[in-house]
Amino acid sequence: MSEPFLQIIDVSKRFDNVVALDKVNLKIAKSEIFSLLGSSGCGKSTLLRIIAGFERPDEGRILLEGKDITKLPPYVRPLNIMFQNYALFPHLNVTNNIQFGLKEEKISKEEINHRVNEILNLLELNGLEKRKINEISGGQQQRVALARCLVKKPKLLLLDEPLAALDKQLRVQTQFELVNLQYKLGITFIIVTHDQEEAMSLSDRMAIMKNGEILQVGNPVEIYEKPKDKYIANFIGTANIFNVLNKNNQIIIKELNYEVKNINNKENYVKCLIRPEKISVKKLENQSDNLNIGVVKEVAYLGSYTKYLIEVNGFEFYSFIQNSLVSDNLQIRRDDKVQISFNETSIYFFND
Amino acid sequence: MIKNLKKQNVWFVFTPYLWLVLFFFVPLALIFKISISVSEWGMPPYRDLFSLSENGLEINSTLGNYLFIFSDPFYIRSYLNSLSLAFTSTLLCLLIGYPIAFYVAKSKTSIRNILLIMLIIPFWSSFLLRVYAWKVLLQGSGIINSILIHIGLISEPISMLHNHYAVILGVVYTYLPFMILPLYGYLVKFDLNLIDASNDLGAKPFNTFVKVILPLSLPGIVAGSMLVFIPVVGEYIIPEMLGGSDKLYFGKIIWDEFFVNRDWPIASALAMSGIVILVFPIIIFQLMYAKYNFRNE
Repeated sequence: MSEPFLQIIDVSKRFDNVVALDKVNLKIAKSEIFSLLGSSGCGKSTLLRIIAGFERPDEGRILLEGKDITKLPPYVRPLNIMFQNYALFPHLNVTNNIQFGLKEEKISKEEINHRVNEILNLLELNGLEKRKINEISGGQQQRVALARCLVKKPKLLLLDEPLAALDKQLRVQTQFELVNLQYKLGITFIIVTHDQEEAMSLSDRMAIMKNGEILQVGNPVEIYEKPKDKYIANFIGTANIFNVLNKNNQIIIKELNYEVKNINNKENYVKCLIRPEKISVKKLENQSDNLNIGVVKEVAYLGSYTKYLIEVNGFEFYSFIQNSLVSDNLQIRRDDKVQISFNETSIYFFND
Repeated sequence: MIKNLKKQNVWFVFTPYLWLVLFFFVPLALIFKISISVSEWGMPPYRDLFSLSENGLEINSTLGNYLFIFSDPFYIRSYLNSLSLAFTSTLLCLLIGYPIAFYVAKSKTSIRNILLIMLIIPFWSSFLLRVYAWKVLLQGSGIINSILIHIGLISEPISMLHNHYAVILGVVYTYLPFMILPLYGYLVKFDLNLIDASNDLGAKPFNTFVKVILPLSLPGIVAGSMLVFIPVVGEYIIPEMLGGSDKLYFGKIIWDEFFVNRDWPIASALAMSGIVILVFPIIIFQLMYAKYNFRNE
């Protein structure tokens, strides 16, 4: 990343002695989709509101294209925000909502009309121009909110839980539309969300936040495969976390009593992660096999894959198996004994 | 809707209407009757509308009372005085009340309840007493004059009482909560994100107020203004206690015609024309406003 597009430097914010943000640092590149992911109260919304200019940080600076915007009021910042509840003006119709921001700029009437029509076409809102906000559907409201921002041609678009108010079917479709739109326009997106699936599918990169701090920044693959700690591993997807013993230069996964052989780096790791889809189970044919044996405690068939809860030596973990070979793994029932296997390269070691 | 109501429910719905008919329309009709009667000495001080005499049924009705009050600039001036008082004090209530209502609506719930109680507490004491308190405050030997003299701003008491400024002060003080409460009712429902959204889209605070906050609180402004304007037009007690002879107000004139001049027909004609002049513009306004609101919903 060369010159960062948006730079957040040591930003801190407190509300009545409650720390909302604690020395947050971030660099966001031009034209990327960046997500701030965390559970509620982690400070992600506060950070978004500080970038938008609704809140002033107690400490720290915000640079947009190298320019300090920390003290600029929201109405002069060259960025726009889409609110979770959309915050559309109920007393205005669709067109007037969309052109609200343009009327605040010194733009000719023809130019305004041209740009409004352009955005109406882009977001397929034609025919709704004269409708009131409460006369259109939730999905349409979401597109009007998006249009109202995009018509201003912002350098940066902030999206606060952009899909949270939509029902599930619409959400998946809108996810793809958002990504396509961003690709077409090249505007930098910063998305705040608590939904890890949403963050994974939308973002180029994401930051995991907790208690006002950023725990890890990376692309979805890095975050999923190489989480920095247990919290992140559990927050993103399902995680099987095992304890690691380091005895006489032997690395042993304690719960499975399994020795990891192909390992070069023998640092003092204490934990390891194996994602459920990387553990495969097979119904035990003959008892002679002395490999890891577990007992199936629960089976959940989910169509494309099946979830198994496996118990080994009193320790429980998950295995997700793709249902591509129906005849094979669908034979596995509750209380069956199964043989567990995984590739050693899919073990990820970390320090708690 | 009424078609679907069961029989006992019909009575339930019509009881308030019955109340209105009995205690509003019947007295109004009586006043109207008196207003077109001919005044004379006696008790009651007007001639019966219908009387039987040797010549048969006699109808003693006249429009003279109305003609009289509309030909005398004295009455018209007092009515205009009342309208201007109502207009000025409504405007002042709005200007003072709007920021208060906004502040109360946007403060934290715990503080908000305390502020609301503070707004309502004055109602726990008698209205007459509160107006009288102003008399005490404003009079020559009152607290305000004493303080001003004490700190040396003035050497002798200034007369603050018995002029139309004192009346405006009293009216604004008394009617302010009637402006604030409906405004508060609308502003408390206001989504603060809309202000952020407007700012974010490039509107400076003033534009945000004019383009977003004001139009969305218009129903509250209308309701509050009605609650202040209408009763102030007929306000009698405040001008009587705080006012002087510089401006005469409508309510006071009606009182004087009734009880001082004992000219009931003229007083009734005044009351009737007051209602008519005030009611029709308000009905028209309400209809237009309902239409506007309907379009907006």
